Amino acid sequence: MINLEIPKKFQPLVSQAHQVATEVFRPISHKYDEEEHAYPKELDMLASLIDGMNEGGDSGAGAAGVRRGSDGKREEGENRNGSNLSTVLGIVELCWGDVGLLLSMPRQGLGNSAIASVASEEQLEHYGGRWAAMAITEPEAGSDSAAIRTTAELDGEEYVLNGEKIFVTSGDRAELIVVWASLDRSKGRAAIKSFIVERDNPGLKLDRLEHKLGIRASDTANFTLQDCRVPKEALLGSPEIDTKQGFGGAMQTFDNTRPLVAAMAVGVARASLERTRELLEGAGVEIDYAAPALSQPAAVARFLEMEADYEAARLLTLHAAWMADNNRPNSLQASMAKAKAGRTCVNVALGCIELCGAAGYGEDELLEKWARDAKILDIFEGTQQIQLLIVARQLLGKSSSELR
Amino acid sequence: MNRNGKGVAERSMGIGLRTLNWLAGSSLLDRIKARRQVERALFRTSKEGFRTATAAGRTFKAVQKLARPARQAAGKPRALFDVTPDEEQQMFQEAVRDFAAAEVRPAAQAADAERATPAELLAKVDELGVNMLGVPEELGGAMHEQAAVTSVLVGEALAHGDLGIAYAALAPGAVATAIGHWGTAEQQATYLPAFSGEDVPTAALALLEPQPLFDPLKLETKARRDGSDWVLDGAKSLLARAADCELFVVAAEAEDLGPALFAIESGAAGLATEPEPAMGLRPAASGRLLLEGVRLPGGAMLGEGGRDAYSECVQRARLAWSAVAVGTSQAVLDYVIPYVNERSAFGEPISNRQAVAFAVSDIGIETDGMRLAVYRAAGRADQGKDFTREAALARRLCAAKGMTIGSEGVQLLGGHGFVKEHPVERWYRDLRAAGVMEGALLV
Repeated sequence: MINLEIPKKFQPLVSQAHQVATEVFRPISHKYDEEEHAYPKELDMLASLIDGMNEGGDSGAGAAGVRRGSDGKREEGENRNGSNLSTVLGIVELCWGDVGLLLSMPRQGLGNSAIASVASEEQLEHYGGRWAAMAITEPEAGSDSAAIRTTAELDGEEYVLNGEKIFVTSGDRAELIVVWASLDRSKGRAAIKSFIVERDNPGLKLDRLEHKLGIRASDTANFTLQDCRVPKEALLGSPEIDTKQGFGGAMQTFDNTRPLVAAMAVGVARASLERTRELLEGAGVEIDYAAPALSQPAAVARFLEMEADYEAARLLTLHAAWMADNNRPNSLQASMAKAKAGRTCVNVALGCIELCGAAGYGEDELLEKWARDAKILDIFEGTQQIQLLIVARQLLGKSSSELR
Repeated sequence: MNRNGKGVAERSMGIGLRTLNWLAGSSLLDRIKARRQVERALFRTSKEGFRTATAAGRTFKAVQKLARPARQAAGKPRALFDVTPDEEQQMFQEAVRDFAAAEVRPAAQAADAERATPAELLAKVDELGVNMLGVPEELGGAMHEQAAVTSVLVGEALAHGDLGIAYAALAPGAVATAIGHWGTAEQQATYLPAFSGEDVPTAALALLEPQPLFDPLKLETKARRDGSDWVLDGAKSLLARAADCELFVVAAEAEDLGPALFAIESGAAGLATEPEPAMGLRPAASGRLLLEGVRLPGGAMLGEGGRDAYSECVQRARLAWSAVAVGTSQAVLDYVIPYVNERSAFGEPISNRQAVAFAVSDIGIETDGMRLAVYRAAGRADQGKDFTREAALARRLCAAKGMTIGSEGVQLLGGHGFVKEHPVERWYRDLRAAGVMEGALLV
């Protein structure tokens, strides 16, 4: 039965997350945007609260919620609204508050998503409940993650990692770093595995923290791995190099996390739209949904166009998460959601500044900050162009060698 | 026909052209500021002949009037987020999908060229029962509860075959739905039985007017009171099969009441239609309805709800047009995929190029977004929730993205897309309608 409303059972979670966004994030938004690299200590207490929320079953608000098929038995044909959907909803609310602060939330890193997605029961036991960042990108390998040069060599009971990693979100603050490295660079994608590295491992050296356009509350770290030794058990997934399965294992995480980043974009877009509407209404411009867009002021027509894109982005995101909840393959929908939400978020945030003029551009309002924050959401976890590639390959039935 | 034996029409066209040339060169027209009107009239006349009175329709008589009008119930609020249609909806969807592929798509090109949909094809659509979705069960309808979602699925599936034929076929259903939702007991008893019979009347829900920046809440068609009667004056645009219509439901600004709907049977004095051919929607043989002092009894106004009901009618129509835009956008996607995979340039399929492949991605992404927005609004309508905002957003999305998708569909085929050997040029023309049309279809 087609119904695209937010289920009632998630209302408490949504309003809780909204409260956090309003009461905790928004008041410190400006502060940590200005004081880049300062640790937002206000988040520590909050993180415990969210851990508690996650414990409460299928209403997770963070990265822990993306594990598939772990929600118990389902009837054939039964419709499930589970942790993927609730996580997306929670993230939308929190990023309506502040996306930089959400990214700084202890124990909610993308590394946590990777662990939640592919870790064995033993690994979950050992690494669960700790803050994990994700280290994929290298100076010479961004979107082309198959080109990474960091290597992992088995030496007895340990892997030895060597290489350089950049753009590690929460890399300085996290307790664990999930590092992507190749077991054998001659074997291409299939040899790329992820390894859990303790932040205090002496082989892991912090080079510097980046200064950024937006999400300045979140630290972005660059590392060198020099003879960094980790136990054999730190490898996530299978140690076999299965050239048939190719990249699938490592990439599996992304089918689950792309909707989460899309959700961040939806949250930022909504924040911009809501504030813009308030400012427009204050200026005497009312939005009338019943009247045709083009017989209203140009500002209204523009607003409606942006809001329509927002609605599409939001629904695509919920759809992708819902498919994951129902154990349906959602790689296509996840990329569609990420592509649409990423570009919509940027267009909306920048468009809202124009509608609000100096008020939108000035630092008294948060609109300019949201527009700076927005841009990363169309870049990390797969750029706009990478999402379009994934979508195109699926729609056209093409391999990555045919459509490069 | 040989060169010397020119047909009468052709010869008189020759004479007309000479006159035309003289007129065109004369500054008289410009001085009286009548050039535009004269040119338009000449263009029409040469193309379509003259205005005609409305079709001689059947006589509608009330049978078995209920004590009060029957209404479909709102569905229960749903507990969970779900994008899967229920079993009954899937049944409709599959039946219409199959029909669209087997019967509609093959007939589309000819229907577009001839500006008419074959009567047999229209009869077959009626047999599917899709025009009764908005009619309460007590009055012969199929659905006990409100069926906006089902109507959306039907519109989408039929328009995947062809948007213009979908318009021609579903337009009578809009009138049945309007009377089902807002008609008085008398109107329901008078008109709805005919829609559940074998010979469904041709009918049109007329909101759109010819002026630019048309706003359905600010109508130029006026209904003034005269004793207990209403007298209507105005013009309505782009009605499907206007010349054949036996029944119209017309929106007019009613004196002291604001916009309202009126049921008008064809043949009423002062009612005339004229052809209004357009860029697309050609299988629907679009026409204009002209009302000059059309006198109606007080009971002709659709009964209940006043302004809110009228506003709901506007929203439901926007959703219906959005739904057909989704179906045709999907048709574009399904057509360009094999084309760009097979079309070779520079030694490989053009789909190996990102510029081409990304255009396909965007069609896919926006079509899915449009679909979900339409489903959401329709789902709210069926549950009795306000859906004004959701319908407006779906409409904006489908108007803008539908247009772009129509354009990209032609672009991806290049010059081949521009010629009528492929359907994409037709979809380019039809998809523009989603941003223009008001009324005419309903969910």
